[in-house]
Amino acid sequence: MAMSEPDIGLALVNIVLLGLLFVVAIAIARLRSLFAIVMLSGIYSLVSAAWYVAVDAVDVGFTEAAVGAGMSTAVLLGAMLLTSRTAKPEKSLRQLGPLLVCVATGIMLIYATVDLPAVGDPNSPANTGVGLTYLRVAWYDTGIENVVTPVLGSYRGFDTLGETTVVFVAGIAVALLLGFGERSLAETIRNEDKSLPKANKKPEAEDGETDS
Amino acid sequence: MTAAALIAVLFGMLLLLIRAIAGPTLYDRVLAVNSFGTKTVLALGLLGFVMGRPQFLDIAILYALINFVSTIAILKFFRYRSFQVPLVRRGQGGGNG
Repeated sequence: MAMSEPDIGLALVNIVLLGLLFVVAIAIARLRSLFAIVMLSGIYSLVSAAWYVAVDAVDVGFTEAAVGAGMSTAVLLGAMLLTSRTAKPEKSLRQLGPLLVCVATGIMLIYATVDLPAVGDPNSPANTGVGLTYLRVAWYDTGIENVVTPVLGSYRGFDTLGETTVVFVAGIAVALLLGFGERSLAETIRNEDKSLPKANKKPEAEDGETDS
Repeated sequence: MTAAALIAVLFGMLLLLIRAIAGPTLYDRVLAVNSFGTKTVLALGLLGFVMGRPQFLDIAILYALINFVSTIAILKFFRYRSFQVPLVRRGQGGGNG
């Protein structure tokens, strides 16, 4: 890692991956077919997960691959069941407001990165607090090479357990809403659609269906 | 050598991205996304060797598993228009929910 040539190569890999992300984002904003947008959002998650690994945020990459590429593609497809297959085109004047908000947010974020400490700066807040202690102690405590893993799984194990519970409950709620079970919102809507012609004749049948 | 392979894989990712954006039919896009996931796995493995840390192979294998599951989910959605149908039909009548 001390040589300069792998660093240039790594920077090139980062640039290529970020360029792919940029292209995918533009395509998502321009396309109207919702299915293509779902597929491209899966590609976006895969590329960003690979990029997280390339910049050494392996745990974030894991989460992005599992939630972004795996789970959210299925959730978005389930949401597509409830809507139409293509998005309505917006008037170009109404696109101006979101564009301005995005550009302003981007400028603020870029302005904020100027104040960030350099990578490996010994005087940065991350290195003056307890961070160095973890770096020194973690391997002897747990025997795991990546320091992030013992911090998340061992030192802050209860915190991680709580986060996992929250994500699990949210996943169950989304699954119930979008149609992964018989009592889901999507299934109820579909049953009502099916029973609409019958509902004029027999209103009791629909009641029985939604209750059971 | 591995760096050349990494460049080739990244170029392949670009080509697949073009197919996923332009692809006229849905199956072009499904295939493009599946292949893109495979390319991501390969890129991660090669990136581990280029950076001198072959432990990235474990992460690449995990990504391969996730990619497989999500492709199955997408194809199931197309076949049945729902996630509630079991993939393996039991007996005669249980298939069409």
